[in-house]
Amino acid sequence: MSVILILIICSLLVSIGFLAAFFWSVNNGQYDDDISPAVRILNDDEMEDIDLTNKNK
Amino acid sequence: MTIEKFNYDNRIVRNFAVATIVWGIVGMLVGLIAALQIPFPNLNAGPLLTFGRVRPVHTNAIIFAFVGNGIFMGLYYSLQRLCKARMFSDKLSKIHFWGWQSIIVLAAITLLTGHTTGKEYAELEWPIDILIAVIWVLFGINMFGTIIKRRERHLYVAIWFYIATVVTVAVLHIVNSIEIPVSILKSYPVYAGVQDALVQWWYGHNAVAFFLTTPYLGLMYYFVPKAANRPVYSYRLSIIHFWALIFLYIWAGPHHLLYTSLPEWAQSLGIVFSIMLIAPSWGGMINGLLTLRGAWDRVREDVVLKFMVVAITAYGMATFEGPMLSLKSVNAISHFTDWTIAHVHVGGLGWNGMLTFGVLYWLIPRIYKTELYSKKLASFHFWIATLGILFYAIPMYWAGFTQSLMWKEFTTEGVLRYPNFLETVTQIIPMYKLRALGGFLYLSGTITMAYNLVKTMREGTLQANEPAEAPKLEALTMEPSGHWHRWIERRPIQMLLLSLVVILIGGMVEMIPTFLIKSNIPTIASVKPYTPLELQGRDIYIREGCYTCHSQMIRPFRSETERYGEYSKAGEFIYDHPFQWGSKRTGPDLQREGGKYPNVWHYNHLIDPTTMSPGSIMPAYSFMETDDLDTTSTGPKIRAMITLGVPYPKDYDKIANRDLQKQADIIALDLKKNGVGISSRKEIIALISYLQRLGIDIKATPISDTKVKL
Repeated sequence: MSVILILIICSLLVSIGFLAAFFWSVNNGQYDDDISPAVRILNDDEMEDIDLTNKNK
Repeated sequence: MTIEKFNYDNRIVRNFAVATIVWGIVGMLVGLIAALQIPFPNLNAGPLLTFGRVRPVHTNAIIFAFVGNGIFMGLYYSLQRLCKARMFSDKLSKIHFWGWQSIIVLAAITLLTGHTTGKEYAELEWPIDILIAVIWVLFGINMFGTIIKRRERHLYVAIWFYIATVVTVAVLHIVNSIEIPVSILKSYPVYAGVQDALVQWWYGHNAVAFFLTTPYLGLMYYFVPKAANRPVYSYRLSIIHFWALIFLYIWAGPHHLLYTSLPEWAQSLGIVFSIMLIAPSWGGMINGLLTLRGAWDRVREDVVLKFMVVAITAYGMATFEGPMLSLKSVNAISHFTDWTIAHVHVGGLGWNGMLTFGVLYWLIPRIYKTELYSKKLASFHFWIATLGILFYAIPMYWAGFTQSLMWKEFTTEGVLRYPNFLETVTQIIPMYKLRALGGFLYLSGTITMAYNLVKTMREGTLQANEPAEAPKLEALTMEPSGHWHRWIERRPIQMLLLSLVVILIGGMVEMIPTFLIKSNIPTIASVKPYTPLELQGRDIYIREGCYTCHSQMIRPFRSETERYGEYSKAGEFIYDHPFQWGSKRTGPDLQREGGKYPNVWHYNHLIDPTTMSPGSIMPAYSFMETDDLDTTSTGPKIRAMITLGVPYPKDYDKIANRDLQKQADIIALDLKKNGVGISSRKEIIALISYLQRLGIDIKATPISDTKVKL
């Protein structure tokens, strides 16, 4: 059963990694605004038609 | 603020989309073949097309080829747009694409030719494992590169799901694939028995979690709002359930091993986390469904939304059922039956399949600048696929429940009501036929989709480079501080990756040899290593995928000990590289098979199972009667086992074949006495020797002596 040590260590490492990522994301202000990100992703299709003529190969 | 102009790479998205469709059809077709092989065993065409080899092709094709390419398709499309940046490197994208497709082809070839590690969903042999690791890391670099050069400071929640996927899958794959090569296409895992089982299901469960779930939740968070054209119901909920999900998922693996020889506390750990998982899982489901609040009228018209609604609903059902199946009392009934098969197909056909179809129908017309060729055909696909899921799942639930109850039923006199295992199989054969019908319906829907999408592609032209523009991301103003911590803060992702890689490599190099090999020293005195012939026979057992239908794990229930014999002890498996506990009993458990029947019974049964068990659905293995056993591999195999700590005498590898021949001659002689003339060099002799060895080591030992220190 000693293999469980490896699994726990690996799982903990992954978890600690994610914990670090979580702290980073909070400190980075990723979650300061929890309204506009959801809306922002909907508005990225605007310029397709404008530039189609000169950029589209 | 400068506005930058750039292009999105749509060609790579298209390529992955085409691969998704092609491998989807292939994987489902192979699944249909496997489904038909159960009620119609004549469809087994040995050696290449027997159920034991076809089934791993199906599972690998669906998980890694169909869903895998589906992940990459959706990820390459959404990540570029979420980051407002083209993929980091076109070359890496291309290598990723072709590398992944070649892995799939290699997988299909090696699995059908019998090259397998015998560990579910991780069957591929070591050279392919290395290739997977390399391609996955390149994909990771490409993804993180894109994230780093993004023009949008905020990381949308979908990206977090992608990051979790890439990091965790890499760790899981590497830890579970540590093996000692014997030859170019044969290896033994360094773990044995209970340890191997624990690692395997830590991997197996997290493959479901981080390959079939988190990336698809990422896709859900991008494509459902896009298709519905409204923001996700609660962005805050998405963040909370993401972090909760990834912190809980990684501990749930042992719920695949309830009532086995795994120590009780480890089982309980798995159960607790599995039950907790229902909260974050349903957080995602609710968030996905409620995104459609106020837009339900559009679901009536929009086929893309229909697919997505069924997908999310299936996700909700599967993630409710999962924790329930982790309860010991439920698991006692469900485990080893078709209930599990029903459960995974609600997830696979419902969640992964339907979401993939929805994304494909939404995405292909967009990158081809055209309309979907036929909405009617898409609608037909939706209904036939939904019907297919019902025809698949309901008979399998029925079959699982029926069979389990038959296994457990005692007469009033206290003996098993159905002592003949086969009776419990023939009872549910009609269900297997219905299941195949369900699979057929689902597959025909997918073929309809392929036609529809090819027509759509023909009508439009691929906009390979889609123009876009976004303001350059200005660097955050830094406080003038030279503290080392600032460096980390500015490079969180590199730091995360770097530390993971460093610690993992270090940890593995140091720990694995010391921990594993030491703990493989026998703890039950009477348990001996396999003889060379038995070892060769065991490798045939693994090669033919016997574990896809036969378990080697007798749970401590009276219904099982009555049927199979003394329940399994952890100490019995210490030389099992890999463990072969199995997860499904289409045939009976084989843990105490040794000595149950004479050699000649096994001989006849393997050549044609119906002669010994009329009505048996097991494939015939008559080719083993003609194929010679490859004894050149005996030496290297013994050497590998010695390296793994199996206590063979020193230099035993040099004389192993002499012992092998001796034992083979004894079996051949016994067969001859019973009227079967066969050379002792044939494969079937080795397999019989292995089957006759199973579980006999502790038969003579009183239970009090078999206490195992773990």
